[in-house]
Amino acid sequence: MQDNISISIRDLKLNFGSVEVLKQLNLDIGVGEFLVLLGSSGCGKSTLLNCIAGLLDITDGQIFINGNNVTWAEPSQRGIGMVFQSYALYPQMTVEGNLSFGLKNAGVPKKEIAERIARTAEILQIQPLLKRKPAALSGGQRQRVAIGRALVRDVDVFLFDEPLSNLDAKLRADLRVEIKRLHQRLKNTMIYVTHDQVEAMTLADRIAIMKGGLIMQLDSPSVIYNKPANKYVAGFIGSPAMNFFEGQLKVGADPQFSNSSMEFSVKGYQATEALQDQKVWFGIRPEHIQVNTPADACADACAVQLDVVVDLVEPMGSDTLVWANIQGQVLRFRMDGLADIKGGDRVRVGFDPVRASLFNQQSELRL
Amino acid sequence: MAKSETNTRLREGARGTKPSKAWSRRNIFIYGTLLVAAIYYLLPLYVMVVTSLKGMPEIRMGNVFGPPMEITFQPWVKAWSEACTGINCDGLSRGFWNSVQILIPSVTISIAVAAVNGYALANWRFKGAEVFFTILIIGAFIPYQIMIYPIVIILRELGLYGGLWGLVMVHTIFGMPILTLLFRNYFASIPEELFKAARVDGAGFWGIFFKIMLPMALPIIVVAIILQVTGIWNDFLFGVIYTKPDLYPMTVQLNNIVNSVQGVKEYNVNMAATLLTGLVPLVIYFFSGKLFVRGIAAGAVKG
Amino acid sequence: MAATQQPRPAWLKNMSAKLASIPMVFTALVIFVGCTLWTVYYSFTNSKLLPNSNFVGLDQYTRLWETNRWLVSVENLVIYGVCSLILSLVLGFLLAALLDQKIRFENTFRSIFLYPFALSFIVTGLVWQWILNPEYGVQHLVRQLGWTSFTFDPLYNADIVIYGILIAGIWQGSGLIMCIMLAGLRGIDSEIWKAARVDGIPTWKTYLWVVIPMMKPVFITALVLIASGIVKVYDLVVAQTSGGPGIASEVPAKYVYDKMFQAQNLGQGFAASTMMLLSVVVILIPWAYLQFGGKRRG
Repeated sequence: MQDNISISIRDLKLNFGSVEVLKQLNLDIGVGEFLVLLGSSGCGKSTLLNCIAGLLDITDGQIFINGNNVTWAEPSQRGIGMVFQSYALYPQMTVEGNLSFGLKNAGVPKKEIAERIARTAEILQIQPLLKRKPAALSGGQRQRVAIGRALVRDVDVFLFDEPLSNLDAKLRADLRVEIKRLHQRLKNTMIYVTHDQVEAMTLADRIAIMKGGLIMQLDSPSVIYNKPANKYVAGFIGSPAMNFFEGQLKVGADPQFSNSSMEFSVKGYQATEALQDQKVWFGIRPEHIQVNTPADACADACAVQLDVVVDLVEPMGSDTLVWANIQGQVLRFRMDGLADIKGGDRVRVGFDPVRASLFNQQSELRL
Repeated sequence: MAKSETNTRLREGARGTKPSKAWSRRNIFIYGTLLVAAIYYLLPLYVMVVTSLKGMPEIRMGNVFGPPMEITFQPWVKAWSEACTGINCDGLSRGFWNSVQILIPSVTISIAVAAVNGYALANWRFKGAEVFFTILIIGAFIPYQIMIYPIVIILRELGLYGGLWGLVMVHTIFGMPILTLLFRNYFASIPEELFKAARVDGAGFWGIFFKIMLPMALPIIVVAIILQVTGIWNDFLFGVIYTKPDLYPMTVQLNNIVNSVQGVKEYNVNMAATLLTGLVPLVIYFFSGKLFVRGIAAGAVKG
Repeated sequence: MAATQQPRPAWLKNMSAKLASIPMVFTALVIFVGCTLWTVYYSFTNSKLLPNSNFVGLDQYTRLWETNRWLVSVENLVIYGVCSLILSLVLGFLLAALLDQKIRFENTFRSIFLYPFALSFIVTGLVWQWILNPEYGVQHLVRQLGWTSFTFDPLYNADIVIYGILIAGIWQGSGLIMCIMLAGLRGIDSEIWKAARVDGIPTWKTYLWVVIPMMKPVFITALVLIASGIVKVYDLVVAQTSGGPGIASEVPAKYVYDKMFQAQNLGQGFAASTMMLLSVVVILIPWAYLQFGGKRRG
C-alpha cells in the first residue's frame, strides 16, 4: 500500500436484502485530498460514506484508512470525524458539551480537552457560542459546531454528509468558502457527499459521480466538466444541461456528424481518425456556443455554423438563456445578459467541435 | 513495530460483513428480557383460555397454569346462557346484547357529533370557539367522579335516567374531547386550498362537509370507531351508574357474575365469561393492528 | 345588488358552524364547567339522600379527613400512583428501547405488550384475581414445586393488597406507555445516533445522556397520561378485590361512588370528588405551564 493513500476501498459491496446498493466499488483517496461524492438521490453516495464511517455493515470488500484495515472496526476507532446534514448536535448539551462529550468518554485528560476545544473554537470562530445550547444557535452556527465536533477529535479524515443542504442559499455559499479555507489550512483528507454540483465543482480536488451504486467517473472537476466519460455525467454536470443530438458519425479525412436536421464536420475532435463509423450522441454545452459571429472573426471557436430559430428567451440578469430549434431539434445556448434577442428571431450560431463530446449510442461512453 | 504487525494481520483478516455471534451477550439480554416480558403479558390470556376449558374437578386438583387434560366447552355454554346474576339466570348473553345495543348508537352519535364539531373548529373558526375547545380538552382530565351526580340529575330531568339513551348521551359527552381533537387535527391537516376552492365554487358548511371532508376523513373515522368501540365496550362506571340492571352492559354483568357471593364459585365458568367479555376488543385489536396503535397514539397526545 | 343588500348582523355570520358546535358548547359549559362547579358547591352542604342547600362550611371535608376509609383510600392511591408511575415509565421505556434495537419479531412483541390495553379493567381485575388466588394460582404452583411454606396472597393480605392491584394495573397499562415511548424513540433523528457512534459513546450512555433528555416532552406526556388515569382507578379495584380484604384496597374513586350511590351520603361523595379534582389540578397546572408556557417563551 502506498504511503500517500489515505483511504482505500477494495471491492466494496453492499446489499440491502436482495437490492444491490453498492456494486463492487474500488476507490483510492490520497492524503489531504478533497473528494466529493456527487449524484442524485438514491445513487449510493451517502451509503458509501456511511460504509467508510463504519455506520453501515458492508456485505463484501475491505476498507483501509491510513493503511489500517478498518473493515470491522467501530466508527470511533477509524480515525474519522463526521459532519451530518441535520447537524445532529446533542440538543440538551451546550456547544462546549457537544465538543467535549466524545473526548470525555474516551478518557482524554481534562487539560487536553480544554486545549482542543480552545483551538477548535478559534479555528471556527465559535468562542462566543461555547456556553450556548444548540437551540439558541442559527443554522450556520450549528453547522459550524458540528464541524467543530469532528475537528476536536483530532483525526486525519473528515466525512461530510450533505452538510450544507439544510441551509439557505446565501449561508450555503458562505460556509462553502469556509470549508474550502478549512481544508487549505488543515490539509486533512476530506470526503464530501452532496447533490449540489456547484459545491462539488468548487470544493473538490476530485469528484466521483455516482449512479446506481457505481462510480460513473472519478476525476478532477475540470476533466469531469470538459471531458465527461459518458453521457450520464455529461448531462448531470453543467447547468443548463448539455445539448445532445442523436446522429451518425462518418469518419474520414473530414469526419462528419449528421442527422435529419443537420450535418457538420467534427474535425478537431480528439483522435477521430481512430474511430469507426457508428451511431452517436453529439453533445455541446450551451456556454460553448457563439452567436451571430461571422465565421472569419472567431476562427476555431465557431468552426461549425448552424442556423437556428429562437423559440423562447429566459433572461437571468447576468446572462440570457435561449431555447432555439434546428428543424425540430432543441438547442439551448447562453448569450450576454444585454443581448437583444426575442422569440422568432433567426440567428446563426457556431461552436468548436474540440469542445464538444461524442458518445456511442449503445454504450453511451465517450469516444 | 508491534503496531504495524497487528495492522498487517488485520489487513489480511477483515473482509466483508463484520462477523457477529447470534448468541452475543447483547442479543441474549435483548431477547431474554423481551421473552420474560412477553410471558408476563401473555400469562393471563393463557390462564383464561386453559381455565375456561377445564372441568371444575380438574381445577380443584391442579393449578391455574396447567393445560387442560380434558377439554370441555361446557363452561363457555354455561357462561353464555346459564350463569346467574341475582335471580336472573340467562347468562352473559343478555349483557352482550345490551352492550351491542348501547354500543351502536353511542359510537355512531359520538363520532357524528365529534366529526361535525372538529370540522367546524378546523375550517369555520368563529369567535370563542377555541375557548370552548380548550375547556373541552381540559375536561378530559377532570375525574368523572365530580360530574357523575349532576349528570344523574340532568338525565332525570330529561327523563333519560336509567335508560339506553341516557347512557348514549353520556358516552357522547365523554367521548367528545378526544374525538373532537382527533377530527379537528385531521381536518386541519387537509390543505386549506381545497376548502377555499370549494367555497369559491359556492359550497356551504354542510355541502363541503358531506361532499369533500367526510369522504376524505374515512381513515380517521376508522380510528375513531376503534377507539370508541373498545372504550365503550370496556366501560363499567357509566354503565353501572346510568342504567338499570336489566340494561347493564356486559362488563357490569360479568363483574356481578364473577364477584357474586352466592353459590359455589365456578372458576371455569368465570374465566369463560371473562374471556367472552374481552373477546370483542381483542378481536378488534388483533384485526386493526396499526390503526389501533394510531388511535391510542392520537389519544396519547391529547392536550 | 350587493350594495342594496342589508349587512347581516355579526352573530348570524357563520351560523351553521355555531349550530354545529352546540354539542361542544353544551358539553364544555354545562357538563365540564357546570357540573363540576355544582358538585364543588354542594360539597359545602350536608346533602344526604338528596342534594340540599344547608351549608355546613368545611364540615364535610373535616369529616372526610377524619374517616379512616378515606385515609386508607388516599394512602393506597399514593402507593399505587407512585409505583405505577415509576414502573410504567421504566418498563415502558425499557421495552420500547429493546424493541428499537432492530430486532426480529418486533411487531409480534409489540402486539403482545399492547393487547392488555384493549381489555377492560374488569377483565384485567378478574383474571389477576384468579391468577393470584392462593388456593390455585401462583402460590399454589410454587408450593407444588416444593417450597411448601411459600406465601404469596396479595389479594388476601391487607398489607400488600395494593401491590396485587398494581401488578394488574401495570399489566394493563404499560403497553400504552411502551407505544408512546417507541414513537418517541423513532422520532429521534437517526443522525444523532450516528454522531454518537462516531464519537464512540456506548449505547447505554447515549440513551442516558442524549436520548432520554431529548425525550423530555414524551416523558411528560406519558406522566400526565398515567397520572390522570391513576386518579380515576375504580373498575380495577371493584373487579379484583371489591376494596377488600376489609377496606384495605379502597381507592378514592370507589369512596366517591359508594358514598353517592350506596351510603346515601351525597355530601361526603361531593367533598371526596372535589379532593380528587384538586389532586388533578395539582398535576395539571405545572404540566400545562411546562407544555404551553415554555413554548411561548421559546
